Amino acid sequence: MTTVSSAEHTRRDFLYIATGAVGAVGAAAVLVPLVAQMNPDASTIAAGAPVDIDLGPIAEGQIVKVFWRSKPIFISHRSKHDIELAQNVDVASLPDPAPDSARVKPGHDQWLVVIGICTHLGCIPLAHQGDYDGWFCPCHGSQYDSAGRIRRGPAPLNLPLPPYKFVSDTKIQIG
Amino acid sequence: MSGNSTYQPQNKAAQWFEKRLPIGGLIHSSFVAYPTPRNLNYWWTFGGILSFMLGVQIITGIVLAMHYTPHVDLAFRSVEGIMRDVNYGWLLRYLHANGAAMFFLAVYIHMFRGLYYGSYKEPREVLWILGVIIYLLMMATGFMGYVLVWGQMSFWAATVITNLFSAIPGVGDTIVTWLWGGYAVGNPTLNRFFSLHYLLPFAIAGVVILHVWALHVAGQNNPAGVEPKSDKDTVPFTPYATSKDGFAMACFCIFYAWFVFYVPNYLGHADNYIPANPAVTPPEIVPEWYYLPFYAILRSIPNKLMGVIALFGSIGILAFLPWLDTSRVKSARYRPVYKQFFWLFVIACIGLGWLGTKPPEGVYVILSRLLTFYYFAFFIIVLPLLGIFEKTKPVPNSISESVLGAKA
Repeated sequence: MTTVSSAEHTRRDFLYIATGAVGAVGAAAVLVPLVAQMNPDASTIAAGAPVDIDLGPIAEGQIVKVFWRSKPIFISHRSKHDIELAQNVDVASLPDPAPDSARVKPGHDQWLVVIGICTHLGCIPLAHQGDYDGWFCPCHGSQYDSAGRIRRGPAPLNLPLPPYKFVSDTKIQIG
Repeated sequence: MSGNSTYQPQNKAAQWFEKRLPIGGLIHSSFVAYPTPRNLNYWWTFGGILSFMLGVQIITGIVLAMHYTPHVDLAFRSVEGIMRDVNYGWLLRYLHANGAAMFFLAVYIHMFRGLYYGSYKEPREVLWILGVIIYLLMMATGFMGYVLVWGQMSFWAATVITNLFSAIPGVGDTIVTWLWGGYAVGNPTLNRFFSLHYLLPFAIAGVVILHVWALHVAGQNNPAGVEPKSDKDTVPFTPYATSKDGFAMACFCIFYAWFVFYVPNYLGHADNYIPANPAVTPPEIVPEWYYLPFYAILRSIPNKLMGVIALFGSIGILAFLPWLDTSRVKSARYRPVYKQFFWLFVIACIGLGWLGTKPPEGVYVILSRLLTFYYFAFFIIVLPLLGIFEKTKPVPNSISESVLGAKA
């Protein structure tokens, strides 16, 4: 056994550092699949394809719930009263300011399409409840108006708009 | 661990084994000859009760896992199968569900005892922090177990709790999708919760071993809050502590059995007997009682991110307790002012628990805010200042003096 002074750089030092570096890179590389496997898998993503919704059967004043990507989507056929109420709000006074025109597609004022998940902690707000002619979340008391905008309570944001387009006057495609 | 063991097996075979693996000596010095303060009261028996409850939960849990199916279409049905079809399944499930509640009851008593007698102070800071880690693991385990039933409360508890992470600015939504393994709570979520719910109790058991190890290095605190100085201050663990712990454990089991056999659903929520429905949130959602104070803290703050920070902060602050309390006197017996603030704190915690069951409106919101303020003020304002301003009573010179009077 020879003793080597630790002050000098030796082949052994090089081997230590090289081994450690390879080990660290390997450990980091192994983390990638371990973390990625938790994300939505291929079948979940495939099931999230766009869906077509026929608006014909939805009567004025009615709100229906459909599912897209496991998320509830509210489709509200708003009455004149609802629309006026939503348009005559001082936008600057809202917690998450957005004019009514930014919440609907141009020329389709009567159709409001929003993701029905409270932006606070993910509960599903109840329709036709609360003080703003819109939704009330039973979990922590957030209230949304007839344009799905947050008006009161702990939720920070308006109900989000899903990506959708009008395929015809009575049909939309979500996704 | 500590205590000088003089363990010498009589049996030849035991001697042969002891020479190769001295586990008998370890057990003897830790649980037989181990010196415990002679003045321990019944509040000190909850450590043993907690170890027992962990064992109960692991054993009943492993058995339940043999009959349970972690799939969104089958989970609820398999739980009902356990209740109706599996031999004694109802008993095992009620033992497990009520066992969780008893586990939390015992841990809260254990924590308040530590708070009252200053058990987190030097030299027991690491012991205390390990306890906080165990408590956090318990909360995660209890939450995930509740989700497995896949009733309405399970589903919406999973939704609300995972959405807490959506408050993180920027990456919140990405993290939540990653936790779910989908675009909402669904089958991948249930499946991973089952896996983790099975794993975490063993992680708890590991930290419990460290907790007991740290306890046996520092030695137990005691109601007088002074360290043992001589043999007169201590008694051997066996028979004194074992018999006292055993008696308390038996009483606790009677209390536990009363819930299991007479009111097994008292602590649960009727809505959890409705299968999970992702389309409808129940009119009121309430967590299990043992999370209610934190739920009240979350709801008392009108801002989402700040509410979530307060929720996690209210637990995280416990880890800093050894340094927030500046007083050198451990036991509240000799701290007349601290004692009053302590009981106010207990009342605040119970009050927050009660408010957690109330709708978030009107006077309940104001009360929640007041109690939340006191909860944090206790740690950040009261404890640091009391150490400076409080006039403490004279502390006894030794444990035996506190028990037998000054002449002993």
